[in-house]
Amino acid sequence: MKKIINQTDDILNEMLEGLSYAYSDLVTRVPETNVIVKKNISGSKVGVVSGGGSGHEPAHAGFVGTGMLSAAVCGEIFTSPTPDQVLEGIKAADDGAGVLLVIKNYSGDVMNFEMAKDLAEMEGIEVETVLVDDDIAVEDSTYTAGRRGVAGTILVHKILGHAAESGKSLAEIKEIGDKLVKEIKTLGVALTGATVPAVGKPGFVLEEDEIEFGVGIHGEPGYRKEKLQSSRKLAEELVGKLKDEFNWKSGDKYGVLVNGLGGTPLMEQFVFMNDVKVLLEEDGLIVDFKKVGDVMTSIDMEGLSLTMIHIDTPEWTEALKAPVTTIAW
Amino acid sequence: MEAKQIINWLQLFTDKVGENKAYLSDLDTPIGDGDHGANMARGTSEMMKAIEEKNPDTPTEVFKLAAMTLISKVGGASGPLYGSAFMGMTKASMKSDDLVTILEGGMSEIQKRGKSEPGEKTMLDTWSRVIESLKDGSLTEEKVKEIAEETKEMKATKGRASYLGERSIGHIDPGAMSSSYLFEAMIEAGVK
Repeated sequence: MKKIINQTDDILNEMLEGLSYAYSDLVTRVPETNVIVKKNISGSKVGVVSGGGSGHEPAHAGFVGTGMLSAAVCGEIFTSPTPDQVLEGIKAADDGAGVLLVIKNYSGDVMNFEMAKDLAEMEGIEVETVLVDDDIAVEDSTYTAGRRGVAGTILVHKILGHAAESGKSLAEIKEIGDKLVKEIKTLGVALTGATVPAVGKPGFVLEEDEIEFGVGIHGEPGYRKEKLQSSRKLAEELVGKLKDEFNWKSGDKYGVLVNGLGGTPLMEQFVFMNDVKVLLEEDGLIVDFKKVGDVMTSIDMEGLSLTMIHIDTPEWTEALKAPVTTIAW
Repeated sequence: MEAKQIINWLQLFTDKVGENKAYLSDLDTPIGDGDHGANMARGTSEMMKAIEEKNPDTPTEVFKLAAMTLISKVGGASGPLYGSAFMGMTKASMKSDDLVTILEGGMSEIQKRGKSEPGEKTMLDTWSRVIESLKDGSLTEEKVKEIAEETKEMKATKGRASYLGERSIGHIDPGAMSSSYLFEAMIEAGVK
């Protein structure tokens, strides 16, 4: 294992210190916590809070800022944050109008965030939750009941962050969120496993010429291993599976996110996006929003995921395109 | 029910978890990620540290402090589940000092948090049968041991172990076992 670290136990703390120092104009770390909060919370708006295990950078702290997340709660590497930490995030984000929690569907995350919701309610803060389960790869995985929450979560942050910024109420934002998550689906492909620093070796091993479809963001097993293929072939597999799920027809409106898993250069992500473009054009889709880059990574995993959002209303496009002040959007 | 007695109960529980740390992790290895013993041992000793420092003087305060330290120090899924149990007992103890009522308060929060029912090979199986035995006056330390052992032949339908389906048969559920230490400790401390 070759990594730029000190003690593995100190990674989370040192990463948060470095991040909040580098972007001190945008965010601060709530003292004595693993919470990154945006600067200058004001205006009685609903707070939008997300988080989860670390190792998915820039998610989630990279999306804290005006127009997106109010706060991000960072757990240990690939480990859900504890409820008291999430509670600190809720308190930091609360401006009197309540807080919406965006939770990825992993059992640990769900339990710890729901517990934090109860704790916050005991302190008189109104909290709602939206559960993201966009990964269409597998139904139940090692870590979940139901589908996993992955890169599509970032689109949820963006759209709900915009809704909060434009002054919508907690109930309204919750309603948008519940509608939204049904229209977002993701599928990934991995070329290598991720190395958790404390473990020191990759979580799973693929042969030099082997890939795996549907691997989760913590290296959970996917649905099929195959020999390495061209980007075009990968795009056909991922777009094909998404098409089966969405059941789209010519003229439907979609947004597209190509997300790197941490170890794949932008060059390859753009090549892949070009192949996706061809396939979507063949099907006559209207692509109203596009984005390429690392947003939800798996430490150093090579591979990428394709997220598509069926855009039901022009408001979602507007929200996706609205300017924000965050580190990573 | 007095605060001192509850503290004694939790101290005995902490001792049992500490003594059986390796055993609990072994139980967790085939069906989970093998850290139940380490997590519970860390959580319960932090709980006792907090209790010693703050010296709570009502049962409600003791339960509340236990809930807060367990959820923040245990982690994983066991933290929220045990934390919820103690939070349920906290709430119940505000209205009643009847042990059955308080334990039922804890159990219903575990059910709510884990979205599960007794019979699915989880800690709930210990909780539900201990409460039943308490109601009909048949609860002894031996009975508690038996109850946890009996999860061995069950098939898991909830929790991490459920992904193993049939293969979960033959393993005692680690949460059911750690819960049995809680109730053995309760009997030893004479909590009624």
